[in-house]
Amino acid sequence: MALNRDFVGRTYASTTPYEVSRVKIREFAAAIGDHNPIYRDKEAAQAAGHPDVVAPPTFPIAFSLQSGGEALADPDLGLNFAMVVHGEQRFEYHRPIYAGDELVTSSTITDIRSAGRNELLTVRSDITTVAGEPVCVSYNTIVERGGAA
Amino acid sequence: MTATVKYDEVEVGQQIPAADYTVRRLDLVMYAGASGDFNQIHWNERFAKAVGLPDVIAHGMFTMAQGGRFVTDWAGDPGAVVDYGVRFSSMVVVPDDDQGAVITVSGVIEEKLDDKRVVVALTARSGDARVLSKARAVVRLA
Repeated sequence: MALNRDFVGRTYASTTPYEVSRVKIREFAAAIGDHNPIYRDKEAAQAAGHPDVVAPPTFPIAFSLQSGGEALADPDLGLNFAMVVHGEQRFEYHRPIYAGDELVTSSTITDIRSAGRNELLTVRSDITTVAGEPVCVSYNTIVERGGAA
Repeated sequence: MTATVKYDEVEVGQQIPAADYTVRRLDLVMYAGASGDFNQIHWNERFAKAVGLPDVIAHGMFTMAQGGRFVTDWAGDPGAVVDYGVRFSSMVVVPDDDQGAVITVSGVIEEKLDDKRVVVALTARSGDARVLSKARAVVRLA
């Protein structure tokens, strides 16, 4: 089923800040098999010039889709999650993410289009601190296989 | 927060030696928990096959993370990465055995930019398939 194009342009903001913890960064680093001490050890991170442990570059995916996720789950959009795979992903980093950051995300559906038999949906997520400092922008394109057939 | 690789010592066309990263079912279970992506295609073979996939497939973001690891290990500092994007061009199929699948990542310096930044073009393969395309990281060097 084709996705509902009326969703293009809709913005979804996170309702509560996401608090980045050392424990979550460590768990994420372990899950990707990365043993870099800068992700685990505050002293090692500080020795490298960081204020606290650093999050790996792909860490924002763990929290940045929570606000947009609400949109994707809306029955009016018509997305069949069982057929979804990831199409493209990009992050622009204004600065690294550190343990202790309190981040808010504003996600906007920027595009919905067909490509062959598939439907492609792109979400832009602007991640800032609660004080409004820009941290990262994520561009996420998901593919609904067979959605346009 | 400084990369250990020096901008002045890097040339366009320079290769970054390939690295192999193993992905087993256990890694996908751990990644599901850590990332919050519990889509069943990443851990349930019965479900994956029912929706037309050959078997359980790795999260695209797991593969992207291996590319990120490759770049940060090379640059010497995760904070040096200022931009990182990929297209997921093929699936990484992860069999239910002890060997799992292998993702091989390599890189080349594609362009030198201002402000000590370089563009690293990444190649990621699993078996015969190129699993990432248009994979680029912009890294600020020392």
